[in-house]
Amino acid sequence: MRLSQNGRLRFAAVLTVASLGMVACGSSGNDDTAAPAAPSGSAAPKSAVKVGLAYDVGGRGDRSFNDAAAAGLDKAVKELGITKEELSPNASGSDRGDNLRALAEDGFNPVIAVGFAYAESLEPVAADFPNTTFLIVDDSSVKAPNVKALLFAEEQGSFLVGAAAALKSTSGSIGYIGGVETPLLKKFQAGFAAGAKQVKPGIKVQAKYLSQPPDFSGFGSPDKGKETANGMYDSGADVVYAAAGGSGTGVFQSALAKKKLAIGVDSDQYESVGDKTLQPVIITSMLKRVDVAVFETLEKFTKKTPIPAETVFDLSIDGVGYSESGGFVKDIKPQLEDLKAKIIAGTIKVPTTP
Amino acid sequence: MSLLSPERAEPAPVPPPSRATPRFDLRRLGLALAAPLLAVVVALAVAAIALLVSGSNPATVYARMLSEGTTLRSLLITVNNAVPLYLSGLAVALGFRMGLFNIGVEGQYQLAALLAAAAGAAVVLPGPLHLVFVVLVAMVVGALWAGVAAVLKTARGVSEVISTIMLNVIAGGIAAYLLSTYLQERVVGSNNSRTPRLEESARFPNLDPVLRSFGVEPPQGTRLGGFLLVAIVVGFLYWLLVSRSRFGFDLRATGLSPSASVASGVDAKRMTIVTMLMSGAIAGLVGMPQLVGSSYAYGLDFTSGLGFTGIGVALLGRGSPVGVAIGALLFAFLERSSATLQRIDVPTEIYVIMQGSIVLSVVVAYEAVRRLGVAQAERSVRRAVDPEVAG
Repeated sequence: MRLSQNGRLRFAAVLTVASLGMVACGSSGNDDTAAPAAPSGSAAPKSAVKVGLAYDVGGRGDRSFNDAAAAGLDKAVKELGITKEELSPNASGSDRGDNLRALAEDGFNPVIAVGFAYAESLEPVAADFPNTTFLIVDDSSVKAPNVKALLFAEEQGSFLVGAAAALKSTSGSIGYIGGVETPLLKKFQAGFAAGAKQVKPGIKVQAKYLSQPPDFSGFGSPDKGKETANGMYDSGADVVYAAAGGSGTGVFQSALAKKKLAIGVDSDQYESVGDKTLQPVIITSMLKRVDVAVFETLEKFTKKTPIPAETVFDLSIDGVGYSESGGFVKDIKPQLEDLKAKIIAGTIKVPTTP
Repeated sequence: MSLLSPERAEPAPVPPPSRATPRFDLRRLGLALAAPLLAVVVALAVAAIALLVSGSNPATVYARMLSEGTTLRSLLITVNNAVPLYLSGLAVALGFRMGLFNIGVEGQYQLAALLAAAAGAAVVLPGPLHLVFVVLVAMVVGALWAGVAAVLKTARGVSEVISTIMLNVIAGGIAAYLLSTYLQERVVGSNNSRTPRLEESARFPNLDPVLRSFGVEPPQGTRLGGFLLVAIVVGFLYWLLVSRSRFGFDLRATGLSPSASVASGVDAKRMTIVTMLMSGAIAGLVGMPQLVGSSYAYGLDFTSGLGFTGIGVALLGRGSPVGVAIGALLFAFLERSSATLQRIDVPTEIYVIMQGSIVLSVVVAYEAVRRLGVAQAERSVRRAVDPEVAG
């Protein structure tokens, strides 16, 4: 009896340590690149603006969503001469509100909240600091005069890569892998499927998600991405769209092993994937320009141009789009551009729910 | 041999008073205090190495953690965050005392919080009744979900470690499905999915008036959550149950020796089921400080991971309610310091390293101290039996 009990106790200890370890991995690299930006040269303008940016869980270094925001912030520091402070929530996400408050209280203005998960905690903080401008990415539910929403038409960009996938498919079957099954990711799925059906009405579109909220591991599990992609490729799909953050790497690895094709997300993953052998399978990426949104909004703020309550970064202002690195979509570019023009003109309406 | 078994932890820093007045033993007390102190020192040393490697001065970092961690705001936030960790730690610790491993606190509290939020939003009840209803629903859901593992164990012999881990995954799936379908309130412009907000009548008042009556003005936007009171009551009941009741005696006896306790007439199956149900009921409370205290709804942004952190807290607390409270406060303090660390450009992972090394060194330190105690006892017995042998 004693032995089996020990076994269980040990197992629990291992689990505990393992869970702590996972926590560590989940937020690793936060500060790898967070060295204070040195004021570059005499050409760099100086600005009195002090911007505070609060990342979502994972923080700087996630090679995905948070990093896109970080890129926009770095550009603003360099080109606008502003000062920055960055905070990431702890692993459980229990201190989102505390971080926003700390930034506002220390006089940072504007304060940027990266991710919809900040919405609930932003509301009371925004009310307490009416003279601070708050920018929130991916949410427009907080209604306050000092809260500005930065939104993206992810379905439009996904529509174009869906069309690209269908045009590149020879098997008549393609796949969509979402990181976590949230309403936001459903927008990606809806756009992707609509785009594919637009150019090939009979095409088969499989869709799978890697995890269910509140488990957000689907954004950081290359193993799950690989396994799910293996299944899709084995069942006939020859192009898979990986809208799954860090899990996308697994999808690309699967595509390489199975000699199939894949599509990246958020940033130009042909360039950012880090592993040159994976580049030949990434035919394009759906671009969600969080960096552009952050930079342009900070530019407006610095120049004291009024910021609208809601800005939708869509195809018309290149807030979303598709990447062309590697030249895989060169042959179908006219078709994609034609679709893009139709979406901008409003003749094609892209659905936001599957 | 037994590296971790909590029942060996009798020389706890604050030993629960037992009926038989223990002979006051200075050496034993010294040993009991040595273990946790040693563990904290080791953890500080490990983190210091990590800090040195990453190019920071541990002394300045620790000084900063201490000075910023002890501001009024930080202290309030630490206490608020310690409350759910404490409840989670107690839920795990209750099972520990009889050798049961409830790894499923995570799933139990998530499911409980979701269903309690939905049930609370669906009914209209007057004042405190509404609040009690929400909390009771959470406890019942947590208990029932843990009960599945208990039934599997007693009826089919399925290890509760395996079943509770699997039930975590299933709970996550159920919660995600319900939240994206029946229980969701659509909010225009939001990418969050959440239940409708609870009415005023289901909200737990905060303790700010109490703070003010002591002449302490809480900083803007930071409150002392009222659920702290519930946590204290649960901790007291836990102590009463484990250390002062027939049930608690059976519980500890089963933990020490299942075969001996069965032989002396303890119904092991009943004990397993009742303990799991109670552990699950406490687990159901873990999400309540947030649900009825600050967010008033369950959504995608609901705090996660408290169930797993609770295992570490319970290991730290060695099954004693005071020990678990100290563990929860320590973990919450370290978590709070993550913000401080970021402000001085120190990798925030340092706090996770500290949490991990504290748990590990507590386990190792207690084992070392236990062996020392056993060796001492053996020596004194030998001396008593055979005066020739000089210790």
